[in-house]
Amino acid sequence: MFEKILIANRGEIACRVIKTARRMGIKTVAVYSEADAGALHVVMADEAVAIGPSPSAQSYLVIDAIVEACRRTGAQAVHPGYGFLSEKADFCRALEAAGIAFIGPGPDAIGAMGDKIESKKLAHAAKVSTVPGFLGTIADEEEAVRIARDIGYPVMIKASAGGGGKGMRIARDDAEAREGFRSARSEARSSFADDRVFVEKYVTQPRHIEIQVLADSHGNTVYLGERECSIQRRHQKVIEEAPSPFLDAATRRAMGEQAVALAKAVGYRSAGTVEFIVDADRNFYFLEMNTRLQVEHPVTEMITGLDLVEWMIRIAAGERLPFSQEDVKLEGWAIEARIYAEDPVRNFLPSTGRLTRYRPPAEASGVRVDTGVFEGGEISMFYDPMIAKLVAHGSSRGQAIERMQGALDRFVIGGVAHNIPFLAALLGHRRFAAGELTTNFIAEEFPQGFHGRETGGAENLRLAALAVMLQHRMAERQRTISGQIPGQDAVRRHDRWTALVGGERHDCQIQPGQAGGDFLVEVDGSRLAVAGPWEPGQILWTGAIDGETLAVQIERRGIGWRLTHGGAILDVVVLAPRAAALAGHMPVKQPPDMSKYLLSPMPGLLTRLSVEADQEVKAGQELAIVEAMKMENILRAEADGKVARIHAQPGASLAVDQIIIEFA
Amino acid sequence: MQEILAKLEEKRAAAKLGGGERRIAAQHAKGKLTARERLDVLLDEGSFEEWDMFVEHRSADFGMAEQKVPGDGVVTGHGTINGRPVFVFSQDFTVFGGSLSEAHAEKICKVMDQAMKVGAPVIGLNDSGGARIQEGVASLGGYAEVFQRNVMASGVVPQISMIMGPCAGGAVYSPAMTDFIFMVKDSSYMFVTGPDVVKTVTHEVVTAEELGGAATHTARSGVADLAFENDLEALLELRRLFDFLPLSNREKPPSRLCTDPLDRQDFSLDTLVPANPNKPYDMKELILKVADEGEFFELQPDYARNIITGFGRMGGSTVGFVANQPMVLAGCLDIQSAIKAARFVRFCDAFNIPIVTFVDVPGFLPGTAQEFNGIIKHGAKLLFAYAEATVPKITVITRKAYGGAYDVMASKHLRGDVNYAWPTAEIAVMGPKGAVEIIFRADMGDEAKIAARTEEYREKFANPFVAASRGYLDDVIMPHGTRRRICRALAMLRNKQLQNPWKKHDNIPL
Repeated sequence: MFEKILIANRGEIACRVIKTARRMGIKTVAVYSEADAGALHVVMADEAVAIGPSPSAQSYLVIDAIVEACRRTGAQAVHPGYGFLSEKADFCRALEAAGIAFIGPGPDAIGAMGDKIESKKLAHAAKVSTVPGFLGTIADEEEAVRIARDIGYPVMIKASAGGGGKGMRIARDDAEAREGFRSARSEARSSFADDRVFVEKYVTQPRHIEIQVLADSHGNTVYLGERECSIQRRHQKVIEEAPSPFLDAATRRAMGEQAVALAKAVGYRSAGTVEFIVDADRNFYFLEMNTRLQVEHPVTEMITGLDLVEWMIRIAAGERLPFSQEDVKLEGWAIEARIYAEDPVRNFLPSTGRLTRYRPPAEASGVRVDTGVFEGGEISMFYDPMIAKLVAHGSSRGQAIERMQGALDRFVIGGVAHNIPFLAALLGHRRFAAGELTTNFIAEEFPQGFHGRETGGAENLRLAALAVMLQHRMAERQRTISGQIPGQDAVRRHDRWTALVGGERHDCQIQPGQAGGDFLVEVDGSRLAVAGPWEPGQILWTGAIDGETLAVQIERRGIGWRLTHGGAILDVVVLAPRAAALAGHMPVKQPPDMSKYLLSPMPGLLTRLSVEADQEVKAGQELAIVEAMKMENILRAEADGKVARIHAQPGASLAVDQIIIEFA
Repeated sequence: MQEILAKLEEKRAAAKLGGGERRIAAQHAKGKLTARERLDVLLDEGSFEEWDMFVEHRSADFGMAEQKVPGDGVVTGHGTINGRPVFVFSQDFTVFGGSLSEAHAEKICKVMDQAMKVGAPVIGLNDSGGARIQEGVASLGGYAEVFQRNVMASGVVPQISMIMGPCAGGAVYSPAMTDFIFMVKDSSYMFVTGPDVVKTVTHEVVTAEELGGAATHTARSGVADLAFENDLEALLELRRLFDFLPLSNREKPPSRLCTDPLDRQDFSLDTLVPANPNKPYDMKELILKVADEGEFFELQPDYARNIITGFGRMGGSTVGFVANQPMVLAGCLDIQSAIKAARFVRFCDAFNIPIVTFVDVPGFLPGTAQEFNGIIKHGAKLLFAYAEATVPKITVITRKAYGGAYDVMASKHLRGDVNYAWPTAEIAVMGPKGAVEIIFRADMGDEAKIAARTEEYREKFANPFVAASRGYLDDVIMPHGTRRRICRALAMLRNKQLQNPWKKHDNIPL
């Protein structure tokens, strides 16, 4: 076994690999860029080596720097994590040449599977079911259109070297095929320095289901069940689970056996994932094989009890898998939610900056947190905006969902925008509970984006009761202030409050409950017990309201309370009766009309301005392109109109909501 | 007998209607509450004791003899806010547009005089069309009587003005001399001369909102400390502010039960100051993480944002926070920020509120705009304010403390009681680069040499230990322990006694 390994990655995955290595008694070496000098993986590792400036192209992607770091530290093997160099055959070869083991598959398997076109041909040969499509390279727009017509719309145009949703476009007609070809190619060029693209049939109502395989270098290959990753936003996975609520045993086995066949066909070693697209009739088609550890591997670990990183290390050290397919048992259900630094209510704008608050839920009763950051750490603009992975395991899917919901509600993040409310809304969605998933789930269920889950009825009453408790506790505490006139107590103390929740008014009365710190709140005549300790300033309340346990995040905003729970963001103002009676006189103010402006939806670079002053524009017409996080974002006209003034020029770096164009 | 008692009730009911139901409805239609409704929200329920409900004006000119409304356009009296006494006057726009008559002014003066005697703050809710023109000079005299009392009360009892409607002409000078001015957005404005006069005299076309609305005074002129969305929010937030203030200069600031541990550590503060000395960070995070329960009542948040001022509590008792804000103009001092902070420091000193200062200041803002407008004298105001203050003064230098600005920001030399620095502090005459360019002018042009000299200077001075070795700092502390150290210092300073020499008054560079 290795004595020391280097982890050629950062963030949560580097930390996760270090944890397993430490458990196995293996010393660890972290590498880091300038931006990551104080990062968690650097703190956790036994040793750390600086490998260059912040941009990953000058640090985490520099093969020589990492080989050199191995030499300097005497690391005998490298775990590449995911992303970065994890699927670069050249990296494998460079390590091999330096006599360092690569904790992953061999370079030939990586090379064969790394090319989307090659891999399809190989899969086809290995009798793996594939999606109809054109596997050659496409020369120009017209050829793209011709091929698309042959296959039949809708089609998917993809970068050959692509991954992670970059360089992918769906086309439903010739015009979209042309534009899709153009933008997929340009994104492919800028993201992967390889502008080859191909076209394939776009499966409607698709589910993304993938098979985890594990192979040693002695010819033993097993599959560890599937993961369903259908909940995606713009081709980025958001929620993954294992097993899939859709597969039956026969399909699972068929997919697993094909995955194993493919792995064997390319002489695969280590952990790998064969991705399939599954249609409504459980027909499955091979998409691609990922020759690395997947982001979502923890759900497989939770249901198999295996540590995939441990097995990757053991296999790289030449060990033999001590179990066979029959020994693989799937137990319970696991769900993973990816916590991203992005603002769901602002069209998922990436957010960067300092994590002023970071309090993940405790890792207990089936909850696992894979994290790469800490309170006071930084979400850097240079890398993927994933903050952490939250994983919940239960004996049933229902229990796993419930545990995940509880964990999401207790996850406190401050300083950067994050998608926890959105994740909570997804988990609480009726269709999710029913397991009716497709990769279009988010697009279909949140067509207007996400604006916080709607609440109402009994839930509003419960949250109103909680807010009354908070306000009452604050008022009671304020009664301890020094300097009071004696004899006023009876006048000031009151137990009646009115809670304003959205447009609703709830008349409430509060009294102490049975246990100390508990309260009984009568809301519109119905009595709710609010049980659970709270002290002023506490930002997370966990307890029970009317017998239902829940966790609510609390933020004081002006005279009111912002309560966040289960994806709902609720502003509640609790007033004394007299103030409440007067509240109706307050003017309802309209936010200023920004519709005559095109605002930058995110911080980024204005790379193109497609219109000029005084130009007439049609709804849907391209106005400008803003590049952020290496993604080109086309901003289009929302309505017909005329450009009045241009406020920003190409090359300008834009702040969120900065005005780009003013319409007449 | 019963009849006489009933008559009182009748008269009271009539007085309470002010200008009548039609005008009350008009006030409500504007999204504004009436004078009495405002007091209902501001004061503890049932605590209001009204005075002079039956006062009427004594004017006979221009048909005024026939128009008398009991109370004469202002509701006055006293009550409590969380049990603590306060004197109030609330102008009633439904009666003669809230205009100030001689009798109206007398009512205000009466509560102010009493507030001075008993040592309780005065809150004025302003909603007035201005002077009662029909009364002429009697009305002007009334204003001056109020002004004189504002000045006498200044530094004796806290005075707070809430502008909830028009406030124009001479009327602005009473709020101007109080300690805090708050405004209600969209429904209040303040100016000395209104848009019509401005147009006649300077030919500028400007709306009342642009000239003197809440946005103007909170962000541009700095006249107002805060603006609120509506009457309700304004009055409830005023209650919150009131709880930070002592009743008078004879009392200690209020304290209340505190469950936030005094020794709470926050390790995220260890990474607050970025590795790159030129990278900004948000100083408000430090205040929020150090103060009790993360509560901070910020004053003038939109004005001179390069310095932060406001109230918080440490261990349950009020402290005033003053902090440079590296996010804005790198946190340097300029005319506006010096004036803003000086006024706040003087308020705290007048009312026995300990001052906690967080320092990250690269110096004074250079430029002709600053020099031509008198940064010398304005900057001196902050220096003067800190130097004369006798309340407990605790200073924590988080990063830069350069040049004269180091001296100004509550340094040890200005009788700082407890002066700490974080390990990231750099206390020097100027930044390493600037210093080297002066000391080693001969080496200019030789980049390698300059770089080496800069590094040498950085090594020597860009740290807190030179200052600590001279005793200018009492200790170098870990960022995560800042709250604990400040709480201990405040506890130690609880009975601090320090007197400035007797003088009629000082001569601060105004």
